[in-house]
Amino acid sequence: MKQLITFILKEFRHIFRDVRTLVILFGMPVVQVTLFGYAITNEVKDADIVVLDKSHDYLSTRLTNKITSSGYFYLKDKAATVKEVDKLFREDAVKLAIIIPEHFAERVQEKDAHIQLLADASDPNQANILVNYTNGIINKFMFEEAGVGLPYAINTEVEMTYNPTLEGVFLFVPGVITIILMLVSALLTSIAITREKELGTMEILLVSPLKPIQIILGKVIPYMLLSFMNAMFILLMGVFIFHMPINGSIPLLLGESLLFIITALSLGILISTKAASQQVAMMVSLFALMLPTILLSGFIFPISSMPWPLQWLSMIMPPKYFIIILKGIMLQGVGLAVLWKETLVLTGMTLVFLAAGIKNFKIRLA
Amino acid sequence: MEDYVIQTEGLTKKFGDFTAVNEISFNVSKGEVFGFLGANGAGKTTAIKMLCGLLMPTSGKAEVAGFDVFKQSESIKRTIGYMSQKFSLYNDLTVWENITLYGGIYGLSKKQINERGKQLIHELEAESFVNKRGKDLPLGFKQKLAFSVALIHQPRIVFLDEPTGGVDPITRRQFWEMIYQTAESGTTVFVTTHYMDEAEYCDRVSIMVDGTIKALDTPAKLKKSFHAASMDEVFLQLARNVVEK
Repeated sequence: MKQLITFILKEFRHIFRDVRTLVILFGMPVVQVTLFGYAITNEVKDADIVVLDKSHDYLSTRLTNKITSSGYFYLKDKAATVKEVDKLFREDAVKLAIIIPEHFAERVQEKDAHIQLLADASDPNQANILVNYTNGIINKFMFEEAGVGLPYAINTEVEMTYNPTLEGVFLFVPGVITIILMLVSALLTSIAITREKELGTMEILLVSPLKPIQIILGKVIPYMLLSFMNAMFILLMGVFIFHMPINGSIPLLLGESLLFIITALSLGILISTKAASQQVAMMVSLFALMLPTILLSGFIFPISSMPWPLQWLSMIMPPKYFIIILKGIMLQGVGLAVLWKETLVLTGMTLVFLAAGIKNFKIRLA
Repeated sequence: MEDYVIQTEGLTKKFGDFTAVNEISFNVSKGEVFGFLGANGAGKTTAIKMLCGLLMPTSGKAEVAGFDVFKQSESIKRTIGYMSQKFSLYNDLTVWENITLYGGIYGLSKKQINERGKQLIHELEAESFVNKRGKDLPLGFKQKLAFSVALIHQPRIVFLDEPTGGVDPITRRQFWEMIYQTAESGTTVFVTTHYMDEAEYCDRVSIMVDGTIKALDTPAKLKKSFHAASMDEVFLQLARNVVEK
């Protein structure tokens, strides 16, 4: 035990004396959360629009006010002709144009009003979102202010469960936690172990009375503690900066995080037993772990819309299950009763990786 | 009956069809400086790994410090010291941290580590280096320090794998003085080297060729039986036989 503690202390010294490790450990989470939280977002805020109001009656003015006061749009310009609208699009000055026909108020009474929406679809996602938002506002306006639509229009009432304001960051926080834990745990441990191999110090450790399991534990425990701190740090950032809720049990959340950290660590051990050098370990960790974590875990792209080979592939990605668990606990507030399947899969994967890693480590000795 | 600390009989290691070490038998006495020579690929490293409890032999018998290499590798590890040609200390730890780390790994108490560490620093006249990190040390000093650290738990045998690679002649001289002191204090020194002048310093020398021990005796007797003026010639004669064969 004393030997192990000595060894763990040494590992902490390595970590705190290596600038690159420190940057990955502590700089990365902040950068990622900030990036995903603020910069990369598909919400609409103050999108530039132009309104071409051919009617200029009380109703069209009120509709224009309603749209611009929604907070989603910024009325960049008012145009007098379609040509002007066209020019604004070409200059990339606006993303959306709203064209209100002549005699708008009268036509509304006759139930024959058509509003034209022109969107800049060079960014199809954004165009879609803008059109949907505008549609929503117009429908609501027609219903409330003009009193039309009632007799025969079907009103859909949409409620966004678990994430009522459609905050993108609610999806990104679980994603970022997953990426960071994967990166720190797997990448850093695999590098830390292969570094000893490369430097020849591993040989000395193997000749010493330290048992292989002590060497592995000594290398892994510091990263486990730091990863756990990291996970809590990102959670706190999510809660206090982005107002992300934690609807479920916090002990369960922390427990599941620990489980995923161990999954990633065991992957790191497995990689380090196979990789001969730090570069190889890094490459394997980045390409075999990071990219699938980002692309196939359902973090950015919904798994259900992937072609079946990729869907099948995503089944064997540990991050997928962790993201489901995180979302379940944080947003849906569910417990083990619902998430036992994912937890079981993660536990099973961890045991397989661990067994393979330790077996490989021993074979190197025999 | 002499007091042997290493005894092997027909020790063999096979990797699949390839026989890396083929039935080697030799004894090493307490306090002896035993030179273990051989060209690259002759099987030296494999033999050392078996003796250190890192590799399980395929067949034969071997005892190190009275422990069986087949069954008691953990006990062997506790009673031997090991230093390799690669700098075996951590570059990002200070001299003192390296010393306490190895002391700790070998299960020494804080008090023991403190006492032996201070003594070690004193003997190396390295008071000014204590708080320097490994990477800031001159190579020669690093090697001497690594040797001292390998002795911190007072092992009965110390294995040195090409300890003087890349070191200047003066430091090599000092290094060999350290080896002699160690042997005088009763610790057996098992050393591999590619420098034939160093082979002359050993009490006895074994030369491995193609997985077997082709010669084993004192340097003087070896030179006599091979009618050679130096160990260099002895080695070349043995190695050349292999090439011609």
